[in-house]
Amino acid sequence: MNILTDINFDYTLRIVALGSAILGALSGALGAFAVLRKQSLIGDTISHAALPGIAVAFFFTGNKTTTILLIGAALSGWLATLFILGIVKATRIKLDSALGLVLSVFFGFGLVMLTFIQKRPDANQAGLEKFLFGQAATLLAADVQMMAILAGVAVLALMLLWKEFKLLSFDEDFGATQGFAMNRINLMLTTLLVVAIVLGLQTVGVVLMSAMIVAPAAAARQWTDKLSTMVLLSAVFGVAAGVSGSLLSSRIPKLPTGPTIVLCISTVVLFSIFVAPARGLLWRWLRRRRNRRQFRAEAVLLDLMDMARHHPNLEHPHAAAVLHTLNLDGRAVRNSLAELAERELVRPAGAGLWSLTQAGIAEAQQLERRFQAED
Amino acid sequence: MNGLNEKHKPPRDQAAIWVEDLTVAYQDKPVLWDVDLAIPKGVLMAIVGPNGAGKTTMIKAMLGLVDPVAGRVEVFGKPFREQRRLLGYVPQRTSVDWDFPTNVLDVVMMGRYGTLGWFRRPGKAEREKAMHALEKVAMDPYADRQISQLSGGQQQRVFLARALAQEAEVYLMDEPFQGVDATTERAIVDLLRELRKQGRTVVVVHHDLQTVPDYFDWVFLLNVRRIACGPVETFFTEENLRLAYGGRVAILGERKPIADDAKSL
Amino acid sequence: MQPQVEIQLIAAVVAVACALPGVFLVLRRMAMMSDAISHAILFGIVVAFLVVESLGSPFLVFGAALTGVLTVSMVEGLFKTRLVKEDAAIGLVFPVLFSIGVILISRFAGNVHLDIDAVLLGELAFAPFDRLMFNNHDLGPKALWVMGGILLLNIILIVLFFKELKLASFDEGLASALGFSPALIHYGLMSQVSLTAVGAFDAVGSILVVALMIGPPTSAYLLTDRLSRMLSISAAIGVISAVSGYWLAHWWDVNIAGSIATMIGLIFFLIYLFAPRRGVVALLRRRNYQRWHFAESMLAVHLLTHLGQPEEARECHRDEVHKHLNWQENHAKRVVRRALQDGYVHLDKDILRLTAIGKKLAGKAVVE
Ligand SMILES: Nc1ncnc2c1ncn2[C@@H]1O[C@H](COP(=O)(O)OP(=O)(O)O)[C@@H](O)[C@H]1O
Ligand SMILES: [Mg+2]
Repeated sequence: MNILTDINFDYTLRIVALGSAILGALSGALGAFAVLRKQSLIGDTISHAALPGIAVAFFFTGNKTTTILLIGAALSGWLATLFILGIVKATRIKLDSALGLVLSVFFGFGLVMLTFIQKRPDANQAGLEKFLFGQAATLLAADVQMMAILAGVAVLALMLLWKEFKLLSFDEDFGATQGFAMNRINLMLTTLLVVAIVLGLQTVGVVLMSAMIVAPAAAARQWTDKLSTMVLLSAVFGVAAGVSGSLLSSRIPKLPTGPTIVLCISTVVLFSIFVAPARGLLWRWLRRRRNRRQFRAEAVLLDLMDMARHHPNLEHPHAAAVLHTLNLDGRAVRNSLAELAERELVRPAGAGLWSLTQAGIAEAQQLERRFQAED
Repeated sequence: MNGLNEKHKPPRDQAAIWVEDLTVAYQDKPVLWDVDLAIPKGVLMAIVGPNGAGKTTMIKAMLGLVDPVAGRVEVFGKPFREQRRLLGYVPQRTSVDWDFPTNVLDVVMMGRYGTLGWFRRPGKAEREKAMHALEKVAMDPYADRQISQLSGGQQQRVFLARALAQEAEVYLMDEPFQGVDATTERAIVDLLRELRKQGRTVVVVHHDLQTVPDYFDWVFLLNVRRIACGPVETFFTEENLRLAYGGRVAILGERKPIADDAKSL
Repeated sequence: MQPQVEIQLIAAVVAVACALPGVFLVLRRMAMMSDAISHAILFGIVVAFLVVESLGSPFLVFGAALTGVLTVSMVEGLFKTRLVKEDAAIGLVFPVLFSIGVILISRFAGNVHLDIDAVLLGELAFAPFDRLMFNNHDLGPKALWVMGGILLLNIILIVLFFKELKLASFDEGLASALGFSPALIHYGLMSQVSLTAVGAFDAVGSILVVALMIGPPTSAYLLTDRLSRMLSISAAIGVISAVSGYWLAHWWDVNIAGSIATMIGLIFFLIYLFAPRRGVVALLRRRNYQRWHFAESMLAVHLLTHLGQPEEARECHRDEVHKHLNWQENHAKRVVRRALQDGYVHLDKDILRLTAIGKKLAGKAVVE
């Protein structure tokens, strides 16, 4: 909080930043499990399916308090996951179809309810429409308080059931043979996911909330091979994107919150995919290039060795030009020779001639032995 | 048909696993039909049958992972639900995502989760047991290795170690030899023999018919129905194999082979 | 024509145009691609609007549809890095394009006559007011012409490439072995989906596009195994939902697209419950039947084993069989009652005897 108060934030902005941080942390952490279970798109269905819940909650209570609306959202999001499960378990319909069907039907029904409600005299539709694309500026202190409490409960549950959730995500059948009620664990994880999604609706909106489930986790996965680190990192990315996105959208007019947050987190994903150590595309590309270079250098070295065998003195120099037989162009040979020279495996003998050093001979012999062993 | 192979059925309370009238259907057609099976304690048993014969389903039914339409499974004389701790499971290697962010030791420790129960975190004791299990499959140097970096054979050995960490009485393994290198195959066979020496019961879904007599002492031939079950030298016959693999003949309604089977006993 | 009739006609045409490619999405397990595409094309549509302030020209429709294909190739490119799984790749790509679209709309609201709500929700009610004029002749609503054209194109493509699509949907391996390029079929289908989505988008909004593409084919999938039938059933369900949805919206005065989606859901739910072979009720009945049928077979085999043997009177006594079959007494009573009803056995002084069909049942149980 210190940093937040030091910088001269006004009160609303502080609330917005705090709310977005909570939503980012929670959706990031729980999204990690959804992504690992190859259920990335379930978040999309849950968030769309929350719409009728919001509308129905308002319809029956006539109350526009965020808490009441979100309870409705959670119930219908949760109902949607039950439907998906019921469809996939009982019929031959695959998960993707079930997701698309439930998503669009629930959302369609939500629209019906929304337009139905609009005819009521007490309906000020602006109150409900913020849930479509999110409007961080509408966060109230009371909302953030509720978010904090729920997030606290969720984090506690996550810590308590850590081992069970890991088991569910990695090998559900094995968990069942150990006597765990995997259905129950699944239900709890799904419930937490529903809570995380619902808490983000006001800020990010139903249409784009799924990105907050998938993107932080996809980014985090690139940086680590450890589940706990991944979940933590995913939460951190979520916070960063949530706070920066909602602050940007609060400061700059005509910049809707949901899309801004999505662009922030997507930037993180892109960055991670390219530069994350070990897995990142950039490193992969460099590694491949290095391998290719090394492979070429080894080939040139072996070639020199082959030619040297025709002479009593293994250090007998040969012309680089002869080496072109190896399907390599002149430049590649020159580069390889330069590299070998740097490693002191060959040395120039003047007039385009090159000879092996003692170290080069040893290296070549070792390479030959390795290739023989592999054959 | 309850009478088939009756001679080789151990008494019910002495069997490690006792299966009665087991019938399993996924959608409309039964995948397992009225299977009776009694696995004596301490045997090394191969489940053999063509693709789609229901071998995996059989193992899953014994573990309670699929709900049977009819029938019962007992482990050491009690319903398996009360005996889950006694069963160790090695699923097909390809059944999990090996890109999951975790390391070898962590996977093996999952074998201790059942004993730990809800909420409790694995600690030093679990780590030690897991390391011990890894040593048995010569994977202890790889304890900290990320699982995506393992070869097929190493993955299989990690799964075996996880089952060993369960310290079970009966091990059920689904195609542990599938796609592993020769070293791993040797290691698995040694392990199976050691388990038998310790008096454990091991059930293995096996694909390579040639090695059955070498590796196993008991065989269960399955093709939707039970074809035959008993000691390898008596029951691993060409006749029975033809029944299991050319089983289509019998399915088409020729009844004779089964009668022959009964007579040959 | 009256606007009422025109709206229904447009809805029906959109429904069929969406259902046809939707069948292949469902069969190829790419249903969520429709969700991704229908969201992502917002980007292309907004750009098209910014350029010429209308989507009137077919050129722009095709241009916007390219965004859909772009989405598909981005998903594929991401997936091919093997850094993310396919579902995550889909979930990463479309929000980006959609977000850019939404931001463009809010920033250039003056230039884009595109209401952010209409994008999602569609406003079918206004579709009849945008007429296609030719030399001052009123040729009907523009949406009808656009969607009619797309529908025709979809039908022609499916008829022309029926064999290829069928093979690629059921056996991708065989399809490519026979020389049909999987990539070509994939991108062809995805272009079709994109084009259809763009055309439908204007009239019904992106979410209904998903409902129409996935709902009817998924329902049809529970009713038939044949591709040709699945196509026609999907089309029929689409039309029924469109028309009934329209009237529902009319009576309750609510959003038409939403109410069509609701009808799709309702129809699916009914089929989910009551489909003859694959519905939940049929499943439960079959499970129940299998249970009893199995028990009756066991009884029959038991009776056959002891038929005519000296111990028959003991083994096959109606009050004793449960002991020999190792059954609960009540269970055995019920099985015996069913077997009597089904005519597998008859009673001969309290001894259970197999009938002719009972013997057949026992025989089948032994062999099968
Ligand atoms: N989850 C499932 N749903 C429907 N059918 C299944 C399922 N799992 C297996 N089957 C079918 O059951 C049969 C037996 O499968 P399985 O037990 O895996 O055989 P095996 O392991 O002997 O190859 C196969 O025909 C297979 O297609
Ligand atoms: Mg199998």
